[in-house]
Amino acid sequence: MNRMAADTANTPGGPDAPATATAGAVRLGAAAGATRGRLTLRRFLRNRLAVAGVVVIVLLYVLAFAAPLFSPWDFTSQDPDAYLSPPSARHWFGTTQIGGDVFVQTMRGLQKSLSIGLLAAVVSTGLAAVVGAAAGYFGRWADRALMWLVDLMLVLPGFLILAIMSPWLRERGWFFFMLMLAAFMWMITARIVRGMTLTLREREFVKAARFMGESPWRIIFRHILPNMASLLIVDATINVGSAVLAETGLSYFGFGVQPPDVSLGTLIRDGAPFALTSPWLFLPAGLLLILGVLAVSFVGDGLRDALDPHASHGRFKEKKNA
Amino acid sequence: MTTAEAAAAPDERPDADPVLRVDDLQVSFPSEAGRVHAVRGLSYHVDRGEVLGIVGESGSGKSVSSLAVMGLLPAQARVSGSIRFAGRELIGLSDRELSGIRGRRIAMVFQDPLSALTPVHTVGDQVAEALLVHGGGKLSTKDATARAVELLDLVGIPNAAARARAFPHEFSGGMRQRVVIAIAIANNPDLIIADEPTTALDVTVQAQVLEVLRTAQEVTGAGIAIITHDLGVVAGFADRLMVMYAGRAVETGPVREIYSAPRMPYTLGLLGSIPRVDVAEKQPLVPIEGQPPSLSELPPGCPFAPRCPLAVDACRAAEPPLVPVTGTGGVAHRAACHRSEELAGDRSAEETAVQVFGAELVEPTDLATVPRARRQTVLRVDGLVKHYPLTRGTLLRRRVGTVRAVDGVSFDIVRGETLGLVGESGCGKTTTLMEILSLAKPTAGTISVLGSTVESLGRAEAKRIRRDLQVVFQDPTAALDPRLPVFDIIAEPLRVHGFDRPHIRRRVADLLELVGLRPEFAARYPAEFSGGQRQRIGIARALALEPKLVVLDEPVSALDVSIQAGVINLLDELKAKLSLSYLFVAHDLAVVRHVADRVAVMYLGKIVEIGDAPSVFGAPRHPYTRALLSAVPVPDPVVERRRERIILTGDLPSPADPPSGCRFRTRCFTFAALPEDRRVLCVEREPVLDAAADHAAACHYPRDSTSLQRV
Repeated sequence: MNRMAADTANTPGGPDAPATATAGAVRLGAAAGATRGRLTLRRFLRNRLAVAGVVVIVLLYVLAFAAPLFSPWDFTSQDPDAYLSPPSARHWFGTTQIGGDVFVQTMRGLQKSLSIGLLAAVVSTGLAAVVGAAAGYFGRWADRALMWLVDLMLVLPGFLILAIMSPWLRERGWFFFMLMLAAFMWMITARIVRGMTLTLREREFVKAARFMGESPWRIIFRHILPNMASLLIVDATINVGSAVLAETGLSYFGFGVQPPDVSLGTLIRDGAPFALTSPWLFLPAGLLLILGVLAVSFVGDGLRDALDPHASHGRFKEKKNA
Repeated sequence: MTTAEAAAAPDERPDADPVLRVDDLQVSFPSEAGRVHAVRGLSYHVDRGEVLGIVGESGSGKSVSSLAVMGLLPAQARVSGSIRFAGRELIGLSDRELSGIRGRRIAMVFQDPLSALTPVHTVGDQVAEALLVHGGGKLSTKDATARAVELLDLVGIPNAAARARAFPHEFSGGMRQRVVIAIAIANNPDLIIADEPTTALDVTVQAQVLEVLRTAQEVTGAGIAIITHDLGVVAGFADRLMVMYAGRAVETGPVREIYSAPRMPYTLGLLGSIPRVDVAEKQPLVPIEGQPPSLSELPPGCPFAPRCPLAVDACRAAEPPLVPVTGTGGVAHRAACHRSEELAGDRSAEETAVQVFGAELVEPTDLATVPRARRQTVLRVDGLVKHYPLTRGTLLRRRVGTVRAVDGVSFDIVRGETLGLVGESGCGKTTTLMEILSLAKPTAGTISVLGSTVESLGRAEAKRIRRDLQVVFQDPTAALDPRLPVFDIIAEPLRVHGFDRPHIRRRVADLLELVGLRPEFAARYPAEFSGGQRQRIGIARALALEPKLVVLDEPVSALDVSIQAGVINLLDELKAKLSLSYLFVAHDLAVVRHVADRVAVMYLGKIVEIGDAPSVFGAPRHPYTRALLSAVPVPDPVVERRRERIILTGDLPSPADPPSGCRFRTRCFTFAALPEDRRVLCVEREPVLDAAADHAAACHYPRDSTSLQRV
């Protein structure tokens, strides 16, 4: 046995503690809690940009909900003394053509758009992952039924359905609106996930899990989805931006967020024509949207690197093998 | 003669000059961890008509050095030194100038014949292309096509004129490699570089391809540099040998000399780590501990010193030069070792290796002495059949045939026994495994694990059975989830079967120690380990639930030879310690002879011979078994050159359309030698295997029967 232990003496990284004692936890040393969750968290926290992204998102939320409390204005109120005035002490971000306070409106829009963007992205990517992986992993009738559903959703004009459902949605509030948005964003990703699942399913580590009696759903969540984490994270990151913009598009046609209520999308849309003459109308909303999406993508990158053991030194390994 | 050739001609001195002379070749690549010095001062030469074997582990620089000769290294590689081909310096030539030499005067045979051929052109066109490219416009397309057919015929492709119009995917692996060789010899090259030409092939096909390479050499008179990690392959084929380690040659010399009296501990270890198919009693295998050093920052001293049992202070201080050994060798035999003199002696290489590296055999347990009949049956497979439907059409699927992947296989395994299942790829051994592991009802026949028949199992019972039945896969990289840390990988079976956290922690630490790894490794990802270590992790996972039967699907075939021995020893040791039973599937008969107690030989979905390992290997009865055994190369040039080879013709028939009667008759040399009236039996009646017998063969005319002797 000693002979074999010696075999391992010069592994990359080098040993950090001698093997001693008897209790498993002691012998495992620092590795005792080395489950994937903790390792991922540790690696994520090591990535400064990603942590900064989380902080920025939290700050945006705090700003969106807390800042209006310090402003004398309401998002519906109008100031008859200031039409289209530039930023000043009275109106921090200036006012609109009818005297609405841009700061308060932007914060109001931020509240909605942040939640809609983040949630719609998570819901649509999650749905895509589950449906795609289930179709690919189970195959046979599950595959046919789910892919039939995907095809159906792809040919249905999502815009039309949302339009038809909008009176009903209006009563239910933004949460249902977000769900509907997500419901029309997942199909293409689901197809890609299915394709990747088909190849992963035949990999030996998936077979190994099956042969040790692991249940199909646990295999999907433990082995299959983590191995396509990069795809899913990139997809979710892109979806945040597109959900915010899709909401704008719908609002434009009178569905979704309706005046006098505002969202970042509607603010950008309304302010963009005056970008050169009165930039304060859309710049705050636009910059906040960019900041938000940027923060999300940093978090996404950090999460991807934390989940992928090759992330930091992948390139080096490749060359060595070549 | 082209102008380029004419210009080069004055340089070329007649035969005395070697075809290829490499002097102090250095190749390095940039990488994030500093420059990787893949080749560090390599010098060798290949004479006309000579076969040089280049042997080394992966990462030893053997492929990189030959790519440098071909001028095929990526642009960021820094190459220095001298490569003289027929007296002409190749380093510094432009790509255009090299292209005139490549393919015409230096040819290359790659490892993977599938990716070496273009899938969208017929093989005839591809051979003709090699001729036309270097023909300088003098050769007409028609002539090239005719010559291509000749070449294909030369490398032994049956019915070459018709087959030339077939596409690569219509050929088997062995046939594709023949096509690649045909392309290589198309322009009568002076040098053929063969990079692991048989590694991807079955033993029977490997023997055929080596034979073709030999023919190719005789026809062209070229020098051959054959790169391999398998010392067996080159024993019978090469004239001289060069052993590489960490980017340098550590020993060179005539084949016979190196095999009988190696003077460098690394060569010694390599020789000692190979199981021999021709030796009856079990000999200990020598594992070389550790792994090759990183080539980006080599410490001073001999690069092998950290793994060398003979290392002394001098070895760590300075790297030994490659110098002629004193004593028997003469100048041809050189070794790079400070202590090479002490390795001289009268003992055989294996004995010296065992002594130097301190390998020992695992003591057989008490269980091994209990007769088979009295031991518990762990697995019984009875008449197992697995057929796959062949369907055509997408909308309306029609069944157009049946692939008879497994067609009536019966065997059993008792406690503490290893059954080796061998056969060529495509013979159904993996399907048999998967049928056993899936615990689903087979097309026909029964599988019972520890006495319970699998088809009658409920979910809970199936899960219980899975505890006793575990698997180790061939490719340790694919078998471990790259996204999970080692702790989670080994803990997975325990978690599935409902153990609590403290227990899992203790067990994971125990298991890591059991397979010779350190418990702290639990926090690392599989990518941070070497192949051998990954396979150990796979074994630890399989043993987590204390199974009774472990199914090993080619567990060492993806590993380097020196690592392979360590894993085989570990498996041997664990079997004795935990009284495990193994179902060991492998295509390497030497490994099977080393580990197995019983052997079953499969051919086209059926077992053709089964019995105790000593009797099957010692006195094989079925012609297929004899052919398989004779195809296995032996790492001993003396034995290898004396041995009579049975080379099977052709490839495995399609399992969708097996021959009538005896399935092996289409490739059987016994059948071919039979008079017409006695062949009828083979064509019409399928031979039956008496599975109950100690040693049985499914053949009408087995070797030991009197009938054969009269033939």
